[in-house]
Amino acid sequence: MIETRPDFVVTATGDREIVMTRSFAAPRELVFEAFTKPELLKRWLLGPPGWTMPVCEVDLRVGGRYRYVWEKDGEEMGMGGVFREIVAPERIVNTEQFDNPWYEGEATGTVTFVEENGRTTVSQRLTYASKDVRDKILESGMERGVEASYDRLAQLLASD
Amino acid sequence: MVINETRLDATFAALADPTRRAILARLASGEASVGELAAPFSMSQPAISKHLKVLENAGLISAGQDAQRRPRRLEPQPLAEATEWLETYRELWERRYAELDALLAEMQSKPKGKKRKKP
Repeated sequence: MIETRPDFVVTATGDREIVMTRSFAAPRELVFEAFTKPELLKRWLLGPPGWTMPVCEVDLRVGGRYRYVWEKDGEEMGMGGVFREIVAPERIVNTEQFDNPWYEGEATGTVTFVEENGRTTVSQRLTYASKDVRDKILESGMERGVEASYDRLAQLLASD
Repeated sequence: MVINETRLDATFAALADPTRRAILARLASGEASVGELAAPFSMSQPAISKHLKVLENAGLISAGQDAQRRPRRLEPQPLAEATEWLETYRELWERRYAELDALLAEMQSKPKGKKRKKP
């Protein structure tokens, strides 16, 4: 089990959203760079264990596209989308779609960077096309059959 | 495993309320009567009963056989299904963010003569 930092929170909110927040010990210009420069993204935007990231292209302008591909043993998993809004270093809005989507429609991702006392809190909000889609996403992950322990459950419930 | 989507909807709807999450967190440490569950809240017992009804309809809790106390207890399965996906997602992002921590530390320790703007 990977250690969970108390400042990392993942929640399914409303009908169509999943929201993640986490804080980092760096000014937001740097965090923004790490989220938008391919050579930096490749260092941390990992796939599942054992996967590499051979493709990472970012055309950082409104209407520009980005594309990520992860690979393992000849198997590929790719995704990409279009930037809708870029307010450096505060906010990025983009569409998001997997190459072989198991759900309908695009998702919209909004990332915000808020700096306070030299720390940056990153909030990533994914909004799916509909509630059905969000629930399908939830369903797909559940087939993996991981047991959620009571402790983790209590943690999740406590994180508001 | 086939997931009942209707139940999943009910689970997330039930979890959307802070009072209900607090009730579930309390029940995670053992069963409790309605009175015991109401105690920490500045809320009437009927109001608490309403929340309990939502949780019960979602299959998240059940009422015990003891006719007098009818203690409520947690039904772990629907919650496990709902949290499982979040766990998988969380673990992937936990790894990514740990790498990002390291990268950001490195970027700050050796600026390599790169100019950095102050906010």
